[in-house]
Amino acid sequence: MTDLATAPLRRDSLLRAALGSRNFVVGAVITLGILLLAVVSFIWTPFPFSAQDIPNKFKPPLTGSHLLGTDYLGRDMLSMIMVGARTSISVALLAVGIGALIGTPLGLWAAARRGTLLDEIIMRANDLVFAFPALLIAILITALYGPGAVNAIIAIGIFNVPVFARLARGAALSLWTREFILAARVAGKGAARISAEHILPNILNTLVVQITIQFALGILAEAALAYVGLGAQPPMTSWGKMLADSQTMVALAPHVAIVPGLTIVVTVLGVNLLGDGLRDILDPRLRRSRR
Amino acid sequence: MTLLSIRNLTLHIGDANILRDIDLGVEAGEILGIIGESGSGKSMTALAIMGLVPEGFSSGGQILLDGEDLLKKSEAELCGIRGDAIGMVFQEPMTALNPTKTIGDQVAETVMVHRRTGRRAANRIARETLDRVGLTEPQFPLGKFPHELSGGQRQRVVIAMAIALRPRLLIADEPTTALDVTTQAQILALLKRLVDEDGMGLILITHDLAVVAGIADRIAIMRLGEIVETGPTVGLFRNLQHPYSQMLFKASSHQPARNPPAVTGSVPVLAVDGVVRDYPLPRRSLFGAKRQFRAVDGVSLSIARGENVGLVGESGCGKSTLARAILSLEPVQAGSIALDGEPLQGSAGASFAARRKLSVVFQDPYGSFNPRHTVERLVAEPFFLLGLGAPQGAERRRRIDRALTEVGLVPADADKYVHEFSGGQRQRIAIARALIIEPSLIVLDEAVSALDVSIRAQILDLLAELSDRLQLSYLFISHDLHVVRTITDRVLVMQAGKIVEAGDTATIFANPQHPYTRQLLAATPNLEMALAAREAALPPVDPFLNPAAKQNLPSPLRGGPGRG
Repeated sequence: MTDLATAPLRRDSLLRAALGSRNFVVGAVITLGILLLAVVSFIWTPFPFSAQDIPNKFKPPLTGSHLLGTDYLGRDMLSMIMVGARTSISVALLAVGIGALIGTPLGLWAAARRGTLLDEIIMRANDLVFAFPALLIAILITALYGPGAVNAIIAIGIFNVPVFARLARGAALSLWTREFILAARVAGKGAARISAEHILPNILNTLVVQITIQFALGILAEAALAYVGLGAQPPMTSWGKMLADSQTMVALAPHVAIVPGLTIVVTVLGVNLLGDGLRDILDPRLRRSRR
Repeated sequence: MTLLSIRNLTLHIGDANILRDIDLGVEAGEILGIIGESGSGKSMTALAIMGLVPEGFSSGGQILLDGEDLLKKSEAELCGIRGDAIGMVFQEPMTALNPTKTIGDQVAETVMVHRRTGRRAANRIARETLDRVGLTEPQFPLGKFPHELSGGQRQRVVIAMAIALRPRLLIADEPTTALDVTTQAQILALLKRLVDEDGMGLILITHDLAVVAGIADRIAIMRLGEIVETGPTVGLFRNLQHPYSQMLFKASSHQPARNPPAVTGSVPVLAVDGVVRDYPLPRRSLFGAKRQFRAVDGVSLSIARGENVGLVGESGCGKSTLARAILSLEPVQAGSIALDGEPLQGSAGASFAARRKLSVVFQDPYGSFNPRHTVERLVAEPFFLLGLGAPQGAERRRRIDRALTEVGLVPADADKYVHEFSGGQRQRIAIARALIIEPSLIVLDEAVSALDVSIRAQILDLLAELSDRLQLSYLFISHDLHVVRTITDRVLVMQAGKIVEAGDTATIFANPQHPYTRQLLAATPNLEMALAAREAALPPVDPFLNPAAKQNLPSPLRGGPGRG
């Protein structure tokens, strides 16, 4: 048993594991880069992002001082991407946050009371939300409270709740029959405590993966809302809005669609890699086998 | 000619040798038993014969089936051999069958893959094969689904799939380990009969010496990828050469030294009185009456301080349900349970005071721990029962260290995670977790069933020693009568939710009264009795025991005693 001796878990060993995971490093670099763009946009952008310069419209990337070119109103694309990152990232992040923070406890609660009426009520209510067309409720919310990023967040967040509730319940159900849960029950621990101490850490893997997927979907959902005019309102912009505005001009100037599109792809990729890396380094079983 | 002959088989991945210089042979109509503990490479040998070694492994040597080297065959050729010339039976009948296909389809599938027959002809062969394994019409039509069968019946279907095309060689990897003893005896008899009828070779892989002693013609004992000893069954067991085989032999009939303290006090540690546990079943129709399944039917028992009581019975007899009721994991519908005279209420209102006197060790050393917690946190979990009285800081650490030391681990192990420990060590951690609140009673639910024989002997010693020293009582639940016999003072036999026989362990094993107890005892494989029975049937002089005669035998089994 002594040959298996390893150093107890310390912060430096966690850090070493993090730096050893290529997924984590690449994902973290991309994600931090995008976040940095959004933060910097508050104090500096190459051009004022809403400043129009019609004579210089549709300039391809790398012409003059416009690193990513200009759009149909001659606005600087890089500046728009930087400012749009604020909206897109905050919408996606908050929407996923709402979904995970409400949905996961609901799912855990349902799993802890599995087979009871409460379980049925929670899950059927989730099914109801899940079955409702997302766009319709977004339109409903914006009709009531007006369009804007905050309402988009709420609308997208609501639809993330059942995703996390179902996932958490399903993963938790299989854990509840495991012997270590029985051992915890023999130790007198209640359902809430067992859910927090034993169930949640063991379904975190699955949740982290789902969070990255939902984050990506959140960016796309914001784009969809922007497309029908329910997202960020002018002069504010977002990646989705840029994409929506460019759709009629793709043939004329492909870069106006490609630039925001690629930005979304790279961001989603970064967040996915970050999620994969996190999952690996947070699992003590996988940590040892990683070099 | 020898049916299967393995010569100098090696298997390695990277720098690690999984198998080293394996020499084995199986004749037609012969049963070769391969014995080994986990990690000995016995299953890898089977997979190598089937050409199913996982990716990344490279092999050397020869595996000759009727003179053809299987290691030189392409994957396509091997596909033609698997299931046709070589059949395989796996351990777990619950997962070896596809739950969405009928048993007839699954047996016929093997036929249709290898023979260009139509469905009708394949079904006819399937029907014949199922008849041969004892699943006859009209009780077992081809249209039955796996979930409609018991574990033993499913294993018969798996065997039928393996022998449908009358393979020349059958490999059975722990075919009876997941089964009850009475079922195990039937499956072993079935395998023996099929070998005799078809004249096929059988490789029977197992960890249980008693299982192979009854039916194998030859034995090979493996350890760490090598064959340490091989020879004809009776001769080998009577004259074990290698220290490892001798240790294995001793461990399998190990009797822990017991020195129970004098029983003090008249209040029993555990008093169970008329406990009933019903499970609701779905209604047959919308307006049908509610139906119930009575898993535990009016069971009463009591355990005195320092007493070890065994509870035996086959799967589904209600012994685990009873254990869960005692652990207040499940509500009971009638009756009462008291610990040290203090009643345990139903599941929700279980009193913490009574629960403190009770701990549990489960069967699965892998599933008993949260993989994300350190051993310190795992072992300390029962402190929760002490509420505010739980030890803090240095005292807490001292208690953890003591519990770990008590089970033969070291205090430094507290900072590790469970995946760093072997199965036996994990079971020690489970015992440490049970000990830490100094209980009066530990429920051991199949606590040694998943362990290798040598590890099992160590754990049994540990349990016996702890019971003597700490005046612990055990409720030892097991399907393995052999183990129960070695560690308990008293034994209860349970059948269909009721206790059918109870009494002193020695008395019951020597003179069972209830027919069910007799049946269980008769089915339990017994190494000594199996060997004695076979010696009586064998000619007095075995050529293999005569070294001079052995030199002249054209045996493929060149790895003699003492090898490795």
